[in-house]
Amino acid sequence: MNPARYHREMAQRYRMEAGKCKKCGHVYFPPRLICRECQGREFETIVLSERGKLLSFTVIHTPASQFKDISPYALGILETKEGAKLTAQIVDMPADQIKTGMELQIEFRRVQTDGHEGVLAYGYKLVPVM
Amino acid sequence: MRDVAIIGVGLQKWGELWEKSFRNLFVEAALNALGETKVDKIDHMYIGCMSGGLFVGQEHIGSIMADYLGQRYLGATRVESACASGGAALRAGFIDVASGMSDIVLVGGVEKMTDVSGDGATYALATAADQEYEVYNGATFPGLYALMARAYMEKFGATRDQLSAVPVKNHDNGLLNPNAQYQMKISVNEVNNSVMVADPLRILDCSPITDGAAALILCPLEMAKKLSDKPAIKILGSAMATDTIALHDRRDFTSLDAVKVSSMAALKMAGKNVHDINVTEVHDCFSIAEIIVSESLGFFACGKGAEAAANGETRIDGKFPINPSGGLKSKGHPVGATGVAQAIEITYQLRGEAGKRQVKNAKVGMTQNMGGSGGSSVVHVMEVA
Ligand SMILES: [Zn+2]
Repeated sequence: MNPARYHREMAQRYRMEAGKCKKCGHVYFPPRLICRECQGREFETIVLSERGKLLSFTVIHTPASQFKDISPYALGILETKEGAKLTAQIVDMPADQIKTGMELQIEFRRVQTDGHEGVLAYGYKLVPVM
Repeated sequence: MRDVAIIGVGLQKWGELWEKSFRNLFVEAALNALGETKVDKIDHMYIGCMSGGLFVGQEHIGSIMADYLGQRYLGATRVESACASGGAALRAGFIDVASGMSDIVLVGGVEKMTDVSGDGATYALATAADQEYEVYNGATFPGLYALMARAYMEKFGATRDQLSAVPVKNHDNGLLNPNAQYQMKISVNEVNNSVMVADPLRILDCSPITDGAAALILCPLEMAKKLSDKPAIKILGSAMATDTIALHDRRDFTSLDAVKVSSMAALKMAGKNVHDINVTEVHDCFSIAEIIVSESLGFFACGKGAEAAANGETRIDGKFPINPSGGLKSKGHPVGATGVAQAIEITYQLRGEAGKRQVKNAKVGMTQNMGGSGGSSVVHVMEVA
């Protein structure tokens, strides 16, 4: 993966930084330049809370090539307390224990190994609440 | 605005067409469409294609297709909206003719998907999702629709058998379509026990990888009689809507707002109600997609689409026939061509040329073509002029 492309998203993947609209309070992950709800253009940078509610999930058996070594893996949509939603893998628990509505924790993990050079790409995954 | 008519249509039998090139797939369909007309001069072409670049390494698709169609100095543009590229191309052509800028427009769609490996196709298709916030974390297209399927099944209590009723019905219809890629009957049991792709979706819930093209000719309605002996099909309504690129940003995972907004606008433009529609082609890229789309179009209430499919209401002889062509599931899904082929099936239906899969008394038809996980939707309403 191109280093500049990877670097641009680091504030989100490493630190879970989101943008909160100063006019209407809507939270965007990743941050945006203009608010979809009120067209406001001023945002405050906030850090998403570490826990959230699982809205739906799947177990992927036919992944893209860079995820073949971990297949099958669970993937879900989480909503944080701030109302931000994100898609991430669910790890450290058997798939049959995953339930819609459960609380999960966001953790910093290795997400993919990029190509033959094996450059590691990091980001967030969802794990059981400790 | 001028009234616009479809006066000629063409495609070929779809499938894994290893002997046919990207360019010749398109030219074959275009010649078939032109063959139904007396057109000797095309003013402009719009070609729906999702990813010539990733599937065959070819961009600048307007130029190559015009060239190989034997045209010189012709205006030609590729139109892209992921899997809704074909529908978006039809809309571009419609606007061009309606506005008076062009008289004769060729609308095409083409995708050559089998020159790359399965991994290559998965990668190309996933570019329709949010690369940095869905695909980066491991999302695939079946995975995104699986997230919708689970949300739908848990919210409304829909069953595995109800989901399976959709591909079973579409294969029954495809068996009657000589151009369909998969002409074989399947059972609910076979769908239920097919290989898992993304839980709860199995391989027989998913549309296939396909090579294929489709083309149609548009002209002002007033010129239709002169240019073709076929019954003119008048486009009454055309609309497109977008929604968030990422599924997780949607208001609700069990409905498709882009489908709702585009269909309401197209029906309003047509002066029709959804219950005036006699036959519909929808974007069944996955079983759950047809179910949710059938609700978002207004045929069924929220949460009732799965049951309606299982009860046969969407079969050719049902109350609301959906995908008599066999849909994406059985007919095949060469992404850029799909939206154009949907309009071709409705044309056959409204002309009364659909053979064994003919919907009785089909006077008004509708198409719904979707991009990505619902990030865009294009709807057209048409009737026999
Ligand atoms: Zn705002």
